[in-house]
This record gives sequence, C-alpha cells and structure tokens, in this order.
Amino acid sequence: MSLAGWALILVFIAILLLLAKPMGAWMFALYEGRRTPLHPLLGPVETGFYRLSGVDPAAEQDWRRYAVHMILFNLGLLLLTYLILRTQAWLPFNPRGLPNVAPDLAFNTAVSFTTNTNWQSYAGEATMSQLSQMVALTVHNFTSAATGIALAFALFRGFARREAAIIGNFWADVTRITLYLLLPLSVLFAVFLIANGVPQTLAGSVDATTVEGARQSIALGPVASQEAIKLLGTNGGGFFNANSAHPFENPNALTNLFQMLSIFLIAVGLTWTFGKAVGNPRQGWAILAAMLILFLVGTSVVYWQEAAGNPVLHGLGIPGGNMEGKEVRFGIAGSALYAAVTTAASCGAVNAMHDSFTALGGMVPLINMQLGEVVVGGVGAGVYGFLLFAILAVFVAGLMVGRSPEYVGKKIEAREVKLAVLAIAVLPLVILGFTALSAVLPAGLAGPLNKGPHGFSEILYAFTSGVANNGSAFAGLTAATPWYDGLLGVAMWIGRFFVIIPMLAIAGSLAAKKYVPAGAGSFPTTGPLWIGLLVGIVLIVGGLTFLPSLALGPIADHLAMIRGQLF
Amino acid sequence: MKQDILTGLRPALMTGLLFALLLGLAYPFALLGVGQAIFPHQANGSLVVERGRIVGSELIGQAFAADRYFHGRPSAAGKGYDGLASSGSNLGPTSRVLADRVKADVAALGTGQVPADLATASGSGLDPDISPAAADWQVDRIAKARGIEPAAVRRIIASETRGPVLGFIGDARVNVLALNRRLDGQRSD
Repeated sequence: MSLAGWALILVFIAILLLLAKPMGAWMFALYEGRRTPLHPLLGPVETGFYRLSGVDPAAEQDWRRYAVHMILFNLGLLLLTYLILRTQAWLPFNPRGLPNVAPDLAFNTAVSFTTNTNWQSYAGEATMSQLSQMVALTVHNFTSAATGIALAFALFRGFARREAAIIGNFWADVTRITLYLLLPLSVLFAVFLIANGVPQTLAGSVDATTVEGARQSIALGPVASQEAIKLLGTNGGGFFNANSAHPFENPNALTNLFQMLSIFLIAVGLTWTFGKAVGNPRQGWAILAAMLILFLVGTSVVYWQEAAGNPVLHGLGIPGGNMEGKEVRFGIAGSALYAAVTTAASCGAVNAMHDSFTALGGMVPLINMQLGEVVVGGVGAGVYGFLLFAILAVFVAGLMVGRSPEYVGKKIEAREVKLAVLAIAVLPLVILGFTALSAVLPAGLAGPLNKGPHGFSEILYAFTSGVANNGSAFAGLTAATPWYDGLLGVAMWIGRFFVIIPMLAIAGSLAAKKYVPAGAGSFPTTGPLWIGLLVGIVLIVGGLTFLPSLALGPIADHLAMIRGQLF
Repeated sequence: MKQDILTGLRPALMTGLLFALLLGLAYPFALLGVGQAIFPHQANGSLVVERGRIVGSELIGQAFAADRYFHGRPSAAGKGYDGLASSGSNLGPTSRVLADRVKADVAALGTGQVPADLATASGSGLDPDISPAAADWQVDRIAKARGIEPAAVRRIIASETRGPVLGFIGDARVNVLALNRRLDGQRSD
C-alpha cells in the first residue's frame, strides 16, 4: 500500500461528499416535479413525449398501478431488445457482418440489460453490431437506471406523504429523470471521454500493420455514448469484452477516477434527496455515513490484499502486489478501489479481472453484492434497498426497548416488516439455491475455468452478481451455455422485480399512514448510535447467511494460497 | 388490475419507442457529430499513422518479440494482443495454469526479481503500457541487440515516462509502442 493509493481513496470519498448535496438538490427538484434550468431547452420534448404517449403527468397513481406500469414499460423494452438481437444480421449498422444472436444468449442479454444487471455472457466486440450496442443496449442503460430512480422516488413519497393513496406518476418520473438528469450528464461525460481517447464512430474496426509487420485488427464503435451511461446509470455492460479494463473504454487514470465518481454520483445524491423529502437532510446524511463506513472497510481489505500480492507468485520471483488481470495505468490502488466501487454500487463495470484477484481481495466484491448492494448501491436500487434495512433496524431497536418502532415520522408495523423481510430474503434464497444446483449438476460443473475452491467461487460469484443485479463476473466461468444463460436470466429477473414489488407495496402502505411526530421515547435515527445499528443490521441480516458459502469458496482459496497449494 | 394494465399499454409502447429513438439513435449520433468534428483523432481510435500506413493505436498494445524492441506484458487477448478479442486470463490465485505460465515467463526473462507487470497478463490483454521498472529491466537486451549505449535507451525511457496525474492518480507508466517508435527513430521528443 502506498500514500498515493490512500490519497486516491480519500480524495475520491471527499469529492463525493462535496457532490452529495448539489446532486441531491437537483434530483429533489425532479422528485417534486419542479422546473429546472434545463426546462427551457428540454421542456418541449417532455410535453411532446407525454402527448404522444397519452400521459397526464399530474395524474398520480397508487402503488399497484405504479408497479404495473413500471413492469409493462420494462417488458416492452425487453421485447424490443430481444427482437433486435435476434435480427441484427439483417438490420443496418453491422459493419463487421455479425450474425444474429442465439436465442438463449439474446434472452439472457435482454433480461440482463432490463434489470440493470448488464451481466454479459458474450464478448461485446465479437457479438454485437453497432445498432445492437446503441438501440438494444444503450437505451436500456438509460431506462433501467431511470426506472430505479423512479422507484426510489416512489418509496420516498411513501415516507413523506400523510394519509395519501398515491405515490407519483411512473411516466412522469422516468421521463423527467431521463431528460433532466441522465441525458445531460451522459452527454457531458461522453464528450470528456471522447477527448481522452474513447472512440465514437460507426466504423466496425480498423486494420493496422504493426511495427514488427504483423496484422492487427482493432475493434471500434460508438463506445463513448454507451460508456457514459454505463457508469452513470450503474449498468456496467461494456462495449468490449474486457469492459473498463479496455483502453478504449477507460484510456487513462483520470478517466478511471471519473468513472468511479460517476458510478457513485447519483446514488450518493439520492441519500440527500431522501433526507430532504422527509424534511430532515440529516436523515439522509446518517444513511450515507453508514454506507461509507461499510464501503471504507471493504475497500481497505481489497487494497490491502491486492497490494500484499499472491504468495504463490512471490515464490516464483515476482515480488510485490498482484498485477495479474490489472492494467499498468490504473495500478493496484486504482484497480482495488474500482472493484469495491463497482460492486458496492450495482454497476458491475470492471477495470481489472476480479477472477484473478487474491482470494480475499476477490471476496470483498462478493460480500458487497451479497449485502444486497446497499453500500451506496445502484441508482435508486441502493437507497431503496438500504431503506428496507432501515425498516428492519428500527424494528429491532423497537424490540429491544419494547416500543413500537417509528421511522421518519411513520409507524412501522407488521405489514412493512414482513414485506421488508420478504424482499431481503429473496437474495440468499436464489443465490444459494442456484449455486448449490450448479455445484452438483454436470451442466453447472462444466462452467468454471479454475479448479478447486476458486471454481466454486466462480459459480457463487455468477449467481450473486445476477441476483444482486451487478453484472460483474469472475469471468473465467463459461456462462454462454443454455444452463447458465437460462438460470442467470431467471435469477436476474427475480433479483430485480421480487425486491421491487414488496418495496412498492411498502411505499403504498406507508403513504397511507398518519404522521407521528417524534416524541421523547422515539429512537433518534440520525446519530452515531443509529448509524452503528444500521451497519450491524446490514452485516448480520444481509451478510451472515452467506458465511458458509464464503468458507467453501474464497476463504478455502485463501488458505490454499498462503500454503502455496495449487489446483 | 385489468384497468391498471389497459391504461399502461399505450404509454409503455409509445414512451418505449420515443426513448429508443432519442437515446438509441439521436443521442449517439449527436455525440458522433461532436466527436468527429472536435476530436476526430480520438474519436477514430487514436491511430498512429506512418507514411500513410496505420501502424496501430496509441492506446492499444501490440505484440513485440524481437530483442531490439521493448516487450509489453503477456496478453490473453486471442493469441496475444488481438484487437478484436480483449480479455484477461481470468486465472485465479491458486491456479496451477497461472503458476506454470509465470514460471515459464520468468525463466525466459532471466534471473532475479522480475517486475510484476512483466510476468502478469493485463485485464484487457491490450495494455499499451509497462511500468518504468519493467522498461528498465529490458535495457541491456535492447542496447546489445542494437549496438547502442544503455544510457541512450534509458534516456528514451525517461523522456517517455508519464507520472501519476497530480502525483497520486494512477501509476507511472511508459507506452511500449511510443518507446519502440523512438528506438526506430520514427518519433522524436
């Protein structure tokens, strides 16, 4: 570990803290449906969209209609993506003449991008035409992100409103979030990326004759436009197979820093928006503090382990940190931080191959996802996931002192706690169930590249990543098979929508409740005691379930690694 | 429920379609215009052109095997530095395949402590850089093959070394293609 490495990590966090309020305030305006400075420019587009879609943005919906419309919207786009992938050979903008995508892979990819997972069973440059990259994939990067933020808004309204039946209009939310937040940020970021060397062209590839006279074909494409929203929307689906490790996606250390900031930017801002929405920004800061404590601990472990390196390689005469699967321009610190960021958020972009991390260095990303990606989290999904844990935390606190629990002025009752537990229990059930199946059936065992405990880690990582809607991988796993494409597709769908529906039901039930002013006996949900309780609940409820599986995978792998045992 | 579905069909179809047009076509094409107009070099892949011939990209590593050139890192992209098949090795820390590969590379590189990046595969398989230490490691071989002073090779490394941004963002690095073009006299300071 070096001073420069720690400086990078701390400066990264400091910049985010500075951006939390301005970002949160901007999104609060969208949450309220207020005018922004961009309205003179984009207002006509917004009203045009409403008119053509037959939407009255002022007609708010109850939680059921909000949920149904959200699912219809996502199903429609899922279908569009599937159709484009299945027919890309006959469509324009296919300069390298790539064939249609196979049915199981097209299904997996369509689900993957709809659920904001962006798990990639395919290699981008070898599979997707430019049209598929732009229309089938980039569009989802926007819409799945906008959907996540809209859902967070709906839950905020549940907490903020009193005796109300309605929690917002889904169409107004997604349209405003896309037009006034995601699109302008993406344009700015994409221009910055192009200036730094990220290609933006329709050409498929260029042929070079290298200095030594060999032929090298280099894949190109409209990379910058996809890259920008891939990070801002915590999507993570790379244009190229190597994702943000590819120099055309992430050309230098500065773009690397901006990519990491982009991944956290919106999620961090949303904690402030939440505080503001419930009338006390300190509620938002408390959540952010708990998130950042968990984040800093995880990041320190990855950095420490990667900088310490692999004893097996040390024995072969390679000293120092673990550089297998990492790029020189980012170094150990820039790769370790990226790995922690991308799995803490539900991004899944990678700038180094997590499969080649040291055993414990690779376990932290796994744990980040298993906690439900609530350590900062994906856009929208992070904060609503964390609020589910907050509901459990006040419930536990209530049990301890024998008082009925309240949170930000709402009584938390049996219905909310049951729904929160339902949403939280989906994760371990599907991750562990599907991993267990794949670890015993031949179709599953055919997947891993690595042998021994690391092979098990590859399977566990895949389902964790899928259910948590992350999308990063221990990429040695051969996932483009009907078994993994199918099972992961189902896992991603469950992981997204089986959390969302109970969460929206909570929003509806909270909105209907009366406001309970905080009294002398109320448990304060802003101070250090609360932050400590939150961290504890996330670790115990979210994490403990996975301990046995971690012992079989990364922990066994670590013990083998320090003894120099190979597989 | 039925009413919820019926009222959602038209907006789902139309908003989906409008978003596809705006975000899938208008947005990337607008950036295409900006990129090609203001940053044509970068937007087209930062290509290195020599006497009208494309030699490669500044940002994409390429394979070097001759003693007279600096070598990049081991690559898992296709058969090595395949610009159409970026990939890491994805070998885990306890992989025998990884240990055997590193053992063979270290044996080929010579005795002593090999700089880590020189015997490990990058994440992309297209890493254009090596660390200054890894460049320094190769000085004697290159000087001998070219019949020049090692000091001259070291001067080139020094002038091509790029430090971390602001002293702490990223690691020090040298671009292998840039180094080799300097060696061939194709590029001056």
